[in-house]
Amino acid sequence: MRTYAGHSDAMRSNELYRRNLEKGQTGLSIAFDLPTQTGYDPDHELARGEVGKVGVSIAHKGDMRTLLDGIPLDQMNTSMTINATAAWLLALYVVIAEEHDVPQEKLQGTTQNDILKEYLSRGTYAFPPGPSMRLIADTIAYTVQHVPRWNPINISSYHLQEAGATPVQEIAYALSNAIAVLDTVRDRDRGRDPDLMGSVFGRISFFVNAGVRFVEEHAKLRAMASLWDELGRDRYGVQDEKQRRFRYGVQVNSLGLTEAQPENNAYRIALEALSVTLGRSARARAIQLPAWNEALGLPRPWDQQWSLRLQQILAYETDLLEYPDIFEGSKVMDGLVAELIEESREEMARVAELGGAVDAVDYMKAGLVESHRERWRRIESGELVVVGMNRFTSTEPSPLTADADGGILVVDPQVEAEQKAALERWRAERDPAAVGAALAELARVARNPDENIMPASIAAARAGVTTGEWAQTLREVFGEYRAPTGVGEAAAIPSEDLADLRDEVERISEVLGRRLKFLVGKPGLDGHSNGAEQIAVRARDAGMDVVYEGIRLTPSQIANSAAQEGVHVVGLSILSGSHRQLIPAVLDALAAAGVGEVPVVVGGIIPEADAEALREAGVAAVYTPKDWDLNQMMRDIVALVAERNGITATA
Amino acid sequence: MTDPGLDGRQLARRLRERDLRAAPSVLNLLESDSVASREQARELLAGVAPSELGGEAPGHVVGITGPPGVGKSSLLARLISEWRRRDRSVAVLAVDPTSRRSGGALLGDRARIDVDPGDPRVFVRSAAAGNRLGGLAAATRAAAAALSAAFDVVVIETVGVGQSETEVAEVADTVAVVVQPASGDVLQFLKAGIMEVPDVLVVNKADLGRVAQRAVADLGAAVRALGASDTPVVAVSSLPPGSGIDELVDAIDAHRARVDLPARRRRARRMHALADFVAEHGERGLRGLGGRRETERWLAEQDPGLDAPALLQALERRAQLG
Repeated sequence: MRTYAGHSDAMRSNELYRRNLEKGQTGLSIAFDLPTQTGYDPDHELARGEVGKVGVSIAHKGDMRTLLDGIPLDQMNTSMTINATAAWLLALYVVIAEEHDVPQEKLQGTTQNDILKEYLSRGTYAFPPGPSMRLIADTIAYTVQHVPRWNPINISSYHLQEAGATPVQEIAYALSNAIAVLDTVRDRDRGRDPDLMGSVFGRISFFVNAGVRFVEEHAKLRAMASLWDELGRDRYGVQDEKQRRFRYGVQVNSLGLTEAQPENNAYRIALEALSVTLGRSARARAIQLPAWNEALGLPRPWDQQWSLRLQQILAYETDLLEYPDIFEGSKVMDGLVAELIEESREEMARVAELGGAVDAVDYMKAGLVESHRERWRRIESGELVVVGMNRFTSTEPSPLTADADGGILVVDPQVEAEQKAALERWRAERDPAAVGAALAELARVARNPDENIMPASIAAARAGVTTGEWAQTLREVFGEYRAPTGVGEAAAIPSEDLADLRDEVERISEVLGRRLKFLVGKPGLDGHSNGAEQIAVRARDAGMDVVYEGIRLTPSQIANSAAQEGVHVVGLSILSGSHRQLIPAVLDALAAAGVGEVPVVVGGIIPEADAEALREAGVAAVYTPKDWDLNQMMRDIVALVAERNGITATA
Repeated sequence: MTDPGLDGRQLARRLRERDLRAAPSVLNLLESDSVASREQARELLAGVAPSELGGEAPGHVVGITGPPGVGKSSLLARLISEWRRRDRSVAVLAVDPTSRRSGGALLGDRARIDVDPGDPRVFVRSAAAGNRLGGLAAATRAAAAALSAAFDVVVIETVGVGQSETEVAEVADTVAVVVQPASGDVLQFLKAGIMEVPDVLVVNKADLGRVAQRAVADLGAAVRALGASDTPVVAVSSLPPGSGIDELVDAIDAHRARVDLPARRRRARRMHALADFVAEHGERGLRGLGGRRETERWLAEQDPGLDAPALLQALERRAQLG
């Protein structure tokens, strides 16, 4: 087990950034922890186990000041992976730049700032869709005017493919998302600035995914570029061709990486990298490659180096970059692109009919869950071959994985305690009257849809307001929101595939007296819900009554639901690495709610050492990505319920 | 948890003592199909019958129904907090419209009813609907009867228009139908008589301004034209800061104050017995009793204090005699 020290708090991250800058790096890429991403302070109940975990915790301008200490902001290109709270983090950044005497006009960087994919896949949303779109439009309008070198939004279809999107869905939903953003910007401006749409259009970039079907994936990017150009010209009247260019960065697919025979992932990654580099007219501006062993746990520096070397071989050894577009004039490629464009147009029309991307969130979410389910069905039936996983599975012992420790992100638990204590000091030392006035002004602006949220946010940042206070003020005005789970609409699997399993569920249910009832819960702030959704749908198809409430639940909410709903078994899914804190907390909460005897199973990226500890704590079974056969998992769960209720197994 | 030792009499005693923590076990028992459980369920319902309580159960059974997507769940969350503000305990029986194609069901309604998990005086239980859109789950009638002995408010939430409020009306003391502005269906259904006039009409999404005001006016006119001038039309908004929730709770209370509660409850028990009889013996069994209307008439002549299982037994005895 290794300690991931870099990102936990502002001081440690600052040290890391400065070391990297000394080595010649010119940009910063800031990953924030989940509480910062979702607008909760480190002492909020939901932040438990998550503070400093997947990124740095930034609770107020003091943290931002520490984070950026000694870094020349006038020369930096700073990329922030931040969405729901992008306006706030940008405000903090502007305020610290101010302290460094760097005017906003000089700041360069990117805020991801794409909310729809948070509802559809990634899960770090904070507010309902309408107000969220307004926040995005406000940051765009503000930066175009005051921070002209900033990229205010990076539309991320990457996460859609991770959630199961087909190429057509990835294209159509990403572009529909862009339309929703651009329309909002246009409608809010009401034609006051004739050059606005051109400059906004030119500043929008994309973050896409590339899977192993690399010919089709390349066609997907060409189709997107063509549709984007057309959109700029026809819908927004953008004259300048440069402003209409499809700019995208890419991270190749993680969904297709396997835990079985993980060395094969190295080849997959290489092929995926080709899909975004092969043809010059749709080549990525930036590529991130995952490590071959990502499905096992945290990659070691050597694993990351291996991925970097692949990029270097492509760029410096191969002749890939020496030619103009190699697909120009290719009938096959043109045909494929035309087909994708046509189908994407149809899907975009469907989204438009539903009122656009904001109103079609439920529809798109259901569509993704359904595609993912279909993909999984094809893997299970063997129609979709995944080498080493469902075919060619026998293997020689691997020397590569023999000493891999399967480590995961472990943050010093001290960080959470330190951050909480520091926050308390911060609150005690600031001027409460100034904070109160700044929050009142923020609430006033939030209630007035004609005003831009940025100036009031910047003033609040200056006054010492915390991340949680900023978000809570907006939650009170905008309301809370739970994204659709998409599972209710998923089509049922043909019954013959599941006949045995269903018979067993029926038999057990009859003995139990009522239908086997299964609660699927996602504790904490981790929003990666694809796994939990597929489990919920499969359990339903197997004949169970399934209670699934979506992401972001506290242990006491899960326990309360388990008790009130009278469930026979609880399944918990966590991918953020906070299972060590959260799972025992759920077990305690279940006992406190009087249902401590209900068996609990856990799924996630969980190293064997942790799995053992969880079993000792009372977890009945632990599942990891190698357990891809969902029907087998269902059989296990049914058997577990039978055993706990003294029902004998079938012969 | 084969729910062993779920003792109907003991659970009835706990409900009579208004022990809200009994609710999960009460539902576990009432949902159970085993022979032993059904015997205990009869004991339970007998234990909360008017004869045991010295009158009708004190809780107010409120049906909330309406077409999908009108925002029932967020409205319900607001109602719950208003009832809690008025210091009333609330049980919610959320009937999920998901059909049981595979036998299983996804119960997602709970997710949209945001309640404080630390509040012991709110209980939410979800169940899959029967075979029809808007139909009640098998145990819902019994659960409403049982929980109204302990909770101040028992809400039955269902989806649909047409069938659903008819069925909910057989159980609830007060039925509120929720519509959204500019949805003409309900107006048409009312005018065409496909739908009974509910006790309270709620226009949600009043934040839509003029569209909402028009909907309120149109529905009000339709209701008066149908001679149901008692039915209030209340405009509410579940979006923060929210509006109209106060008035809606008052309107629901006012209905309860003017309705003949014992008559409504007697009818609920008869319809419950009838529904259980049909579930058990089918339409053929019903014909053996002389048909639905005849059976309803016969049930109306029985002892008004009888609980639903007792009425069912009476029906079954009569069917054998016939």
